Amino acid sequence: MAQPRVIVVGAGPAGVRCAQTLVAAGLTPTVVDEGRRDGGQIYRRQPEGFKRSYVNLYGSEATKAQDLHRSFEAIRPKVDYRPETLAWNVTANKLHVVHDGNQTATLPFDALVVCSGATDRLMPVEGWNLAGCYSLGGAQIALKSQACAIGRRVVFMGTGPLLYLVASQYVQAGATVLAVLDTSRFSQRVRALPALAARPGLLLKGMTLNRILRKAGVAVHSGITPLRITGAASTGVQGVTVRSSVGSELHFDCDAVALGYHLRAESQLADLARCEFQFDSESRQWLPKIDRDGRSTTSGVYLAGDGARILGADGAEAAGRLAALAVLADLGQPASLDQMPKLRRTLDKMDRFRRGLIQAFPWPHAQAAALPDAAVVCRCETITAGELRRVVNDMGGSEMNRAKAFSRVGMGRCQGRFCGHAAAEVVAHAAGVPIEMVGRLRGQAPVKPLPMAALENPGAVNA
Amino acid sequence: MPEDLKADVIVVGGGLMGAASAFFLRKRGRSVILLERGLVGQQASGVSFGNVRRQGRYLPQLPLAHRSRAIWGQTKELLGDDAEFLVTGHVRGVYDEAQAAVVEKYAKDARGWGLDLELVGGREFRRRFPFFGANVICGSYSPDDGHANPRLAAPAFGRAAARAGARVIENCEVLAIDKDGEDFRVQAVDGRTFRAPSALICAGAWGDKLSAAFGEPVPMTPHGPSMGVTEPVPYGIIPVVGVSTKVAHEVVYFRQVKRGNIVFGGGLRGPDYPDLKRAYVLPENLRRQLRELRRLAPELGKLQVLRTWSGIEGYMRDELPVMGPSGRVSGLYYAFGFCGHGFQLGPGVGDVMAELIDTGVTTTPIEPFHIRRFAASAANAQTTPRAAASATA
Repeated sequence: MAQPRVIVVGAGPAGVRCAQTLVAAGLTPTVVDEGRRDGGQIYRRQPEGFKRSYVNLYGSEATKAQDLHRSFEAIRPKVDYRPETLAWNVTANKLHVVHDGNQTATLPFDALVVCSGATDRLMPVEGWNLAGCYSLGGAQIALKSQACAIGRRVVFMGTGPLLYLVASQYVQAGATVLAVLDTSRFSQRVRALPALAARPGLLLKGMTLNRILRKAGVAVHSGITPLRITGAASTGVQGVTVRSSVGSELHFDCDAVALGYHLRAESQLADLARCEFQFDSESRQWLPKIDRDGRSTTSGVYLAGDGARILGADGAEAAGRLAALAVLADLGQPASLDQMPKLRRTLDKMDRFRRGLIQAFPWPHAQAAALPDAAVVCRCETITAGELRRVVNDMGGSEMNRAKAFSRVGMGRCQGRFCGHAAAEVVAHAAGVPIEMVGRLRGQAPVKPLPMAALENPGAVNA
Repeated sequence: MPEDLKADVIVVGGGLMGAASAFFLRKRGRSVILLERGLVGQQASGVSFGNVRRQGRYLPQLPLAHRSRAIWGQTKELLGDDAEFLVTGHVRGVYDEAQAAVVEKYAKDARGWGLDLELVGGREFRRRFPFFGANVICGSYSPDDGHANPRLAAPAFGRAAARAGARVIENCEVLAIDKDGEDFRVQAVDGRTFRAPSALICAGAWGDKLSAAFGEPVPMTPHGPSMGVTEPVPYGIIPVVGVSTKVAHEVVYFRQVKRGNIVFGGGLRGPDYPDLKRAYVLPENLRRQLRELRRLAPELGKLQVLRTWSGIEGYMRDELPVMGPSGRVSGLYYAFGFCGHGFQLGPGVGDVMAELIDTGVTTTPIEPFHIRRFAASAANAQTTPRAAASATA
């Protein structure tokens, strides 16, 4: 009997552990990854020729990064590895990919495990469309991949663990970090402590990051309200102004800002696979429905890692393994399933921590409602908060896809991945309805821009 | 029990046809209830290409297209919203001499129907339409055609109709329609009932179910068009661009919006997904379409596709819509099944249907679209026709 065809999308912690588990069971999975090298975002590998050490690159996570990279190297001969390949669409039991500019391929599958990870969750602020504004993830990629900082004098603003991690990585790399401006309040983090204690090691690491920042003399402010990023089109970013927790205005002269409010799941492939979604009221985002092992509502489609639930890298490794075991069980493949209960317990613990993080670093949704009319929400299409409010008030566009049809919000290169959450908050507030009532932007292929030069006839089809 | 909501006319379906009909019925002082299962303009009307094109149409359809074109030019005054209508001209490229002869004959015949087309070839063709590939040998240009934004058009008619006093009821799915004495009684899934002496079925790809329930089945197949849009580039391609060809997969078209994106469509159509009330572009159709677009305008190959979409359109076997009074039931009217070429016609269809319902006649000839053309073939397939009928739509 022919081997079942299993495709893993993503070669980050979830994808690698998933593929490793499949290989251990005797399968030869296909691993499709957008990256040039394995590791995903968190354990992104530096380009060939760069010589930084693991400790230098990954700090306290060096051992884990090295272990993941080595694991993938070990299974490389046993996987059909397709780096720099975009999975741009999925139809019934077929994954559609493009690579090397215009080469296309159609990969049939019996099981698809989507480990698509997460990107920064962004809250607009006046001036965030100026050159010099980056997401936290973008700022981190510049450092990890190219050993570059995003500016000479950098301010970090937003909330979430990544805010402190990237800022401290910049400090350690010798960059000038002027300030870390956190919208969450200290009291919120204290209240979240019981939930965060689910992973004491991680809690401790968070404290270490704070120490690094203080030691470097970085101003750390909690409970701030972002007011504006100043500058001009000709100069780019020149400063950041916020209101402090006690109500006074603080201003920082800088030439770059890294922004991020924790993470959002990259769930477009799951959407195109017609997986059902549900609203997660704690994080105020729509997430694909999965069972505890990662099965989506679409038969043969599994979801693991931050693309399904923001559990972080350790959680992604466990979820990747568990999803692989679910695939093996469902396909009737011989596999040792006795690890499953332990992995499930691990994920339960990670999930408690996830909820603690949401409590500690909440998505500051009220800021969307408070955005001035002139503030740009959708940067791709330059759609302002005022335009969204006009669409709600004058045109009845109080459902997200309707607001999109009327205003072009979310119609640009990012397809709403970076503005969709905030736009929904603006629309919900203007319409006076709960956020879940405005729905979510429907996924439309391609997942990311597809070259018009894409060839008609797919190349070698996975046998 | 709440009382039935009453009006002179109930319009079933809030696409471009239904919304425009409701608007023009109000212009004539008729009271109107417009029932829309989802949101106005959300189905096929909202996902169409946005072509306001007359050239290439079935010639007897041109009087209707002319009437519609005149309304397109007045949308700003009529609706307070021009739905981004631009008079940009429309050019159709030709790949070979045989088709050039076809285009030439069409242009000659169209003149008799009031449409002046310009045949352009040689260096003049290259100079005026530099985006065409080298294998496009000549073209036919219609100067007064153009394009508009389908996402905005039907909702603009719907809002204008509501402002003019129409009861536009969204999220109201029709369960059944019965002729009850002199009145049509429309029952909604949510339990509401509506009553009117006239009913107009503008239910697009679902229209056949309602007509069949009144004993008038039609040969309609739903399909999803393959639509897409590129990233924005500086505005430079003014006319809507298409192809004149007899080969189905060669029929592709594109237009650039002022924002800079190039909207494209055509090629092979996909299936519908009626359970989801949605349709998706098939990846193989998109790849084929991209090849044809590169052949038509090679520079397009340098761009990126940002998004694709589809919707559910009703295609009749003879490629002509169903439009006019019922052949069996007095007071019942149809305007559906526009076979993917209804966007340009929409405002005209609304105006004509309003005229027909209001006065009993229309000055624009629509006889070729009468539903009775299918009666002969349907009679064989039919069992007992019923004067009063009900259906799920």
